Amino acid sequence: MPSLKSFIPAFAAATLLASVATADDHLVKYEVVDYGIAKSLTGKAGDPAAGEKAFVNRKQGNCLACHQVTKLSAHPFHGEIGPSLDGVAERYEEPQLRLQVVNAKAINPDTIMPAFYRTDGFHRVLKKFKDKTVLTAQQVEDIVAYLKTFK
Amino acid sequence: MKMNWKQVTFVAAACAVCASVFVSSANAADWGQYEVDDRRSGFTYMTDESRAMQVDSFQNPGMIWVEQGAELWTEVNGKAGKSCASCHEDATAAMKGVAARYPVYDEGAKTLQSVETQINHCLENNMQAEPYKWESTEMLSMTSFINNQSLGMPVDVKIDGPAAEWYEKGKAFYYERRGQLDMACKHCHEDNAGGIIRANTLTQGQVNGFPTYRLKWQKVGSIHRRFRGCNKQVRSAPFGYGSDEYLALELYVKWRGRGLPVETPAVRN
Repeated sequence: MPSLKSFIPAFAAATLLASVATADDHLVKYEVVDYGIAKSLTGKAGDPAAGEKAFVNRKQGNCLACHQVTKLSAHPFHGEIGPSLDGVAERYEEPQLRLQVVNAKAINPDTIMPAFYRTDGFHRVLKKFKDKTVLTAQQVEDIVAYLKTFK
Repeated sequence: MKMNWKQVTFVAAACAVCASVFVSSANAADWGQYEVDDRRSGFTYMTDESRAMQVDSFQNPGMIWVEQGAELWTEVNGKAGKSCASCHEDATAAMKGVAARYPVYDEGAKTLQSVETQINHCLENNMQAEPYKWESTEMLSMTSFINNQSLGMPVDVKIDGPAAEWYEKGKAFYYERRGQLDMACKHCHEDNAGGIIRANTLTQGQVNGFPTYRLKWQKVGSIHRRFRGCNKQVRSAPFGYGSDEYLALELYVKWRGRGLPVETPAVRN
């Protein structure tokens, strides 16, 4: 049986882990398998038309800040630091697209790409964005549905 | 044919632009003093028009602040009845090299001094005057004037001795992710320098041209103003003007641009 002395730090560490794990508690839970999230975050299918709006909106997805999309050439100033998304639905399955939007760092820890559905582990977030995700769970699903049209 | 003054200026400016277009297209990789090893001044990422505007001191809008600073230099201010010139005399001699070696660790004050904090130290202690607010016209004029005395001199900051701790702190800041968008300085300015976000070309984030006249600001601004803007863009709470965090970051970023020429007042987008 462990002594009381060794029990206390172990208990403290367990509490600390629990408090870190609770930071995202107000968000929808999801399971990552094979670098993807198989299930819809909202339990329903996304709306590609709403997804296009969230995709181009500069305060929401703002995806064109970094990515190029030929069929959106009517919108000016596509960034070039991210890869072109033309044909992305042919290269990735829906679960992989979903994780890429939710938390790209689960795939590439060093990526510049923000996590659009995450609040934990951030440092010095501006007050008005504290504990908020960039996109809602439904907006993530809408954007995933829109990305699936990129064929 | 006789041209009036305006036409002459226009033709001269057009020639300057054409010449720079010709030079840059003839040999795009040769940036002369604006590139040292893998370090590139923001100058090399700008348009030919911005570059032409910067290098011609008659066109450079930042020179207004330099001129205002020259006037402040000899103006008596504070209870001691002194101006900057009372002690330092001729700025062209006394201030030459300051922008190249600052920020420096000050043994007396036991802190890292940027040009701004050094000016305020002088104002309060030697002139018995009120310190300037960080982003005030007076401070921007004085720093523009002082830094302009080192125009073309290579950046050479000390990072050993007591400055080492500040350098390490600044380096840690540079590589630490922050804000809701969770980005570190390095994600844009090291990994993606030269890349395009929206309509903007990311640069290496060098600070050898500050105070810099930004076309977006329509005035000159300090390094710390730019740091605050960057931090807010990644949705992170900015630090204060003159904070230890930004002083340390200033030293580290200045070191990243070692050897690049002082360009104050640079012209940037």
